[in-house]
Amino acid sequence: MRHGVARFVTGFLALPVALYLFYVVWPFAQAAGYSLTSWGGYSDKQEFVGLDNYVRLFSDELIRKAFWHNVFFLVTVPLFTIALALFLAFLLNVGGREDRAGIRGIFGSGIYKVIFFFPQVLSLVVIAVMWQQIYRSDGQGLINGLLIKVGLVDADNPIAFTADPEPFLGVPAVLWWLLLIAVWSGAGFYMVLFSAAMQSIPKDIYEAAILDGAGRFHTFFRITLPLLRDTISVAWVYLGFIALDMYALVFVMTPSQGGPNHASEIFASVLNFTAFQKGQFGYACAMGVSLAIFTILLAALQLRITRRERIEY
Amino acid sequence: MSTVTHPSGDRTSPKRHTPPPATPDGVLSRGRELGGRIFNGFSHVFLAVWAVMVIYPLLWVVMSALKDDSQVIREPLSLIPDELHWDNFSRAWGEGHLGAFFLNTLLVLVGSVFLTMLLGSMAAYVLARYEFPGNRLIYYMFLSGLTLPIYLAAVPLFKGVYNLGIAFPLLGPNKHLMLIFVYVAWSLSFTIFFMHSFFRTLPNSIAEAAMVDGASHSRLFFSVMLPMSKPGLISIGIFNVLGQWNQWYLPTLLMQSVAGEPKNQVISQGLIELSVNQGYKSDWSGLFAGVTMAMLPVLIVYIVFQRQVQSGLTAGVGK
Repeated sequence: MRHGVARFVTGFLALPVALYLFYVVWPFAQAAGYSLTSWGGYSDKQEFVGLDNYVRLFSDELIRKAFWHNVFFLVTVPLFTIALALFLAFLLNVGGREDRAGIRGIFGSGIYKVIFFFPQVLSLVVIAVMWQQIYRSDGQGLINGLLIKVGLVDADNPIAFTADPEPFLGVPAVLWWLLLIAVWSGAGFYMVLFSAAMQSIPKDIYEAAILDGAGRFHTFFRITLPLLRDTISVAWVYLGFIALDMYALVFVMTPSQGGPNHASEIFASVLNFTAFQKGQFGYACAMGVSLAIFTILLAALQLRITRRERIEY
Repeated sequence: MSTVTHPSGDRTSPKRHTPPPATPDGVLSRGRELGGRIFNGFSHVFLAVWAVMVIYPLLWVVMSALKDDSQVIREPLSLIPDELHWDNFSRAWGEGHLGAFFLNTLLVLVGSVFLTMLLGSMAAYVLARYEFPGNRLIYYMFLSGLTLPIYLAAVPLFKGVYNLGIAFPLLGPNKHLMLIFVYVAWSLSFTIFFMHSFFRTLPNSIAEAAMVDGASHSRLFFSVMLPMSKPGLISIGIFNVLGQWNQWYLPTLLMQSVAGEPKNQVISQGLIELSVNQGYKSDWSGLFAGVTMAMLPVLIVYIVFQRQVQSGLTAGVGK
């Protein structure tokens, strides 16, 4: 019998573990190794340089730029997406009529949910290509076209969108335009998530609050929001991952994939540029390892900060 | 974006100051009822505006796909095509190679989703319900894959695939079978993470009963445990179908032509190329048709199965 279990366990695990080791673990392990060399990626010359690549990271102007751009997305993407998603979920769930049975969800909330979720099922590539057309910097684009028609934008001087390196509030405009796409595509998903969490809060808590005379704003801010804390913190972590992975948007939408003039570089685009354009593969691997460490630290930190006693109901 | 909350606060602020109005029989005061109406109206307006902001761009892409190029340039904003130019679709399908992209994507996904589900739930099941040395280690090894950035692995992964392709041509770059295995490997982390917690919740008593009846371990898994975890399988299945359909980085990296043969591109990879090339061919309507064809199938599947898709995708975050 014991023998049978061992054979069964091995049999079930062998293939998945083998695939995972070869296609995921091994490449990562190799990358970590290359990060200690001066390998160019094409030749066989691999000199061991120790931690030189990592030291170099700290004095690299481009990396510093990309780092701050990543931090920008890391703060703004979760902040704006969650704020908007919460607001939409709030309207959906307490925007309805108030009657004896309490405050109701808004009429047609099912349809709204279906529509708001649309961007989530589209691939980032489809979204990027679509927004490329919306953001066109001539009268052909959706936004420029509309604004020129209304007269808000001069036809000779349209908005440049992702080709605009000029800073707005200290951050290149192109990053704000990319942020808008990220929020547009993420808000619906997190609204559905928050909405589901709101509905799993037992009705009698609300009934008690209404009996005590609390209006919908009080119930929302004093009851719903604190009880959503767990869901919001998980959403924050997930959005953090998404913010670190804005590469598809940068890749498709910005001039020379990180431009104009490196105004929209993020870690991933600098990594790709260094590895494949400049042919400094060892150095690129050092960037990747740093990014991985940064990600793991950040996830751990966020989970630690947001961890609190769970409220069971 | 967040500033839009202010109007609601202003408009309803009088309401906030009304004293607790609930009378013992539950009748609401007039002022509060009025505030509720106004708020209800405001909610509808704001939700409708956001709905338009989501739908309008999508509709615009679909409608532009039916215009001819001269109309796209002349009236870029209009939602009504002069004539329905279905030829844009046939052009994108044929000359734009979208037909080939679809076929490649389909071939890969059939294999990769099936294998991901099978291997993922097998591994998750063993890790969740059997104790053996190394269990935790293997579980955490799979879990760690969730945090690592894929770009880091890019070049060693390509090298590994390239070298393997010399020994086994079917597993080299630009081969469907190779992409299937790569997708499976990269999807295992989340699938195992998800199914692991699912298998843990299944009752022991049924497993014991089946063992008493003489079922083998694998029989127990395939005939009892797997059917019992159908809801979880559906959720993670939807997640994997969407995730792998939308995958663009791995195919761009691995479906490259090595010996000058045509690339076996998948749909998102092909779309990127189409959008880059369209710049100098200026076949705008063809590009819109391509984007439409890439997004309509997913949207239709979503509308049909929206409840399952919503719960499937949100269940992953809720854990």
